[in-house]
Amino acid sequence: MAVAKKTQPAQGVSRASEAGAVTEFSKDQELAAYRDMLHIRRFEEKAGQMYGMGLIGGFCHLYIGQEAVVVGMQMALKKGDQVITGYRDHGHMLACGMDPKGVMAELTGRRGGYSKGKGGSMHMFSLEKNFYGGHGIVGAQVSLGTGLAFTNKYRGNDNVALTYFGDGAANQGQVYESFNMAELWKLPVIFVIENNRYAMGTSVSRSSAQTDFSKRGVSFNIPGEQVDGMDVRAVHAAAEKSVAWCREGNGPFILEMMTYRYRGHSMSDPAKYRTREEVEKVRNEHDPIEQVRNRLLQKKWASEDDLKKIDASVRSVVNEAAEFATHDPEPDPSELYTDILQ
Amino acid sequence: MPTPVLMPALSPTMEKGNLSKWLKKEGDSVKSGDVIAEIETDKATMEVEAIDEGTIGKILVPEGTADVAVNTPIAVILASGEDKSSIKESGNGAAPVAAAKSAEAKVSAEPKQEAAQPPKLDIAPEADVPAGTEMVTMTVREALRDAMAEEMRRDGDVFVMGEEVAEYQGAYKVTQGLLQEFGARRVVDTPITEHGFAGLGVGAALGGLKPIVEFMTFNFAMQAIDHIINSAAKTRYMSGGQIGSPIVFRGPNGAAARVGAQHSQDYTAWYSQIPGLTVVSPYSAADAKGLLKSAIRSPNPVIFLENEILYGHSFPVPKLDDYLVPIGKAKVVRPGNNVTIVSWSIGMTYALKGAEELAKKHIMAEVIDLRTIRPMDIATVIESVKKTGRLVTVEEGWPQSGVGAEIAARVSAEAFDYLDAPVTRVTGRDVPMPYAANLEKLALTSVNDVVEAAKAVCYR
Repeated sequence: MAVAKKTQPAQGVSRASEAGAVTEFSKDQELAAYRDMLHIRRFEEKAGQMYGMGLIGGFCHLYIGQEAVVVGMQMALKKGDQVITGYRDHGHMLACGMDPKGVMAELTGRRGGYSKGKGGSMHMFSLEKNFYGGHGIVGAQVSLGTGLAFTNKYRGNDNVALTYFGDGAANQGQVYESFNMAELWKLPVIFVIENNRYAMGTSVSRSSAQTDFSKRGVSFNIPGEQVDGMDVRAVHAAAEKSVAWCREGNGPFILEMMTYRYRGHSMSDPAKYRTREEVEKVRNEHDPIEQVRNRLLQKKWASEDDLKKIDASVRSVVNEAAEFATHDPEPDPSELYTDILQ
Repeated sequence: MPTPVLMPALSPTMEKGNLSKWLKKEGDSVKSGDVIAEIETDKATMEVEAIDEGTIGKILVPEGTADVAVNTPIAVILASGEDKSSIKESGNGAAPVAAAKSAEAKVSAEPKQEAAQPPKLDIAPEADVPAGTEMVTMTVREALRDAMAEEMRRDGDVFVMGEEVAEYQGAYKVTQGLLQEFGARRVVDTPITEHGFAGLGVGAALGGLKPIVEFMTFNFAMQAIDHIINSAAKTRYMSGGQIGSPIVFRGPNGAAARVGAQHSQDYTAWYSQIPGLTVVSPYSAADAKGLLKSAIRSPNPVIFLENEILYGHSFPVPKLDDYLVPIGKAKVVRPGNNVTIVSWSIGMTYALKGAEELAKKHIMAEVIDLRTIRPMDIATVIESVKKTGRLVTVEEGWPQSGVGAEIAARVSAEAFDYLDAPVTRVTGRDVPMPYAANLEKLALTSVNDVVEAAKAVCYR
């Protein structure tokens, strides 16, 4: 995909023409996207169920509805690119290729979890998969991700740091401190703003003076685009474009992913701030997985039976993870005092 | 009437400076705003402007003169119609000298000034410094700079970032020369954005680099404290040991002089509470150098608390290629049998001066420089208390939940039977730092406080 060179400062916010771009997926890409998104959804449904059974404690923020964002973005990455996000992180970890057993066991606080049970839902990492967390303080990952991009620039490689945050975090001051430094030093960071319309219970219109988050970088000359975050092909097109922009040394890029979470902010959120109809409408008309499913069937790239087989295989992986996370022992008490210092 | 030009104070902590250059000569006419001379302080070279209009009647301090005290008359400006003879005739040229001297005498009578002078004590080098090692005298400022330069030469992943660290050569000149040697890639000027660059630094550390993040002062690090604690200190634990933050946060901590409440806070106790952080606060130049090098090599986040007043103090430093001081080890700086005094950083100036005063009263104090606050070498303190039976802690920070409170609790728990008197804390007063000179003096710790506390625990 061609990348437009930035010619005018503060002109970088693309509007409808560019923002509507989608990648025409091959059969393999559609099938991979379907499987990866379904994997996240089934995992999250299982996590919700296990939370209800008391196997998962504390806060548990589910990613259901937003799957196309991480799956589409991940398809544009290469080895060495880093990913960092906030507390709604299960989908990002699975998209990075982390083992669902290790993720689920961390949710249940077991020794086989990615952080040996010491991190929990919001704090997981995998150096092997270049996943840098998993951060519980809203907005903190934005400066941290900018620092990962600084590392890439310092080392002189062409890796990109994908820094995810939500519409709520987008109002934190450090986001703009990071925007400033990222553009000033031309750091290879993509700020992916997952706009799921609600910062916990506060809608975007009640919290934000400028509700078009793709414009939030204008005063720093950072180009930005609004993307249909429910269409994995649109996410992929935006990912390819912004990743190329960063790899070529042009500095940061902002992607505002228009998305939606079906569940409450966390498991303990009754979500009284929106109507059931609103949720149903998105589910019925814009569901990211249904969109791929319909295309696969329409193009006869897969039959109902083929898709059922994929579903069964995903369910079996998730069940295996849940099984592991239920029976894996808790951390040894001696772990209380380890991993504080090296 | 001839007007004297006085040696100006160019920073809150400046007491003297070098008159490096006269840009006007006797007989030149000057008007308000003209640059007449250049003054070199320990931080920077500054221009002196004329405030009055007239002719330079006499230059009283020739260029090249070092250590000219603030308020010393350095020249006399004649108003129009006056000539050189009026300087002597009126006697006005000499009068300010006497005035300045009396002012100086008044100032030096204050304990604050006592604290600002390094004690004339010969501090023994580290035990593992080979006998016969040459010692060079250098300031704490130079020692810190050398430590960073040596580690940056040794490891390409080490870089320094902060406000004014590069082109300005450091707000307190600590990073002087680093930009010239290592270039802008490794000596990074940041915008004024503490929260942001602290987070960026931690991100770079998570990514595998070894940042040295300079805070112009730790007062400004309160904007960044979330990243220091939540991102840097906790990540190793939260990742089950997978990812650490090899980062050093350094800069001046505590009160400087006359900068008021928001710029005069001691954060030692704050950071010392956090598991996952290492907290270092050196006093001498040798420790500053050896501990900063160890801090940069540490795989863990280190809070390195310096002190602005100590920057200009000189100490002997071992001339070794690679001088490291271990983190987590206190040092007995002055042996004694009657009372143990524990301090660190600028507190050591009070502790050592106090020990000298006490010696005159035949109370032999053992002075311990804690050097590292976390992990705390309480064993060295207890060993001393077993000998002396008495303990006084000295810090500039506030009393409640201070470091002294922690030492008192641990010594009471672990060496209660050896104590012959309650552990006594000497601390800054429990107030925001006032601006007025007399109130600031009252708010800070003093040598007298140390002496009185030591006498009290010795029942003298």
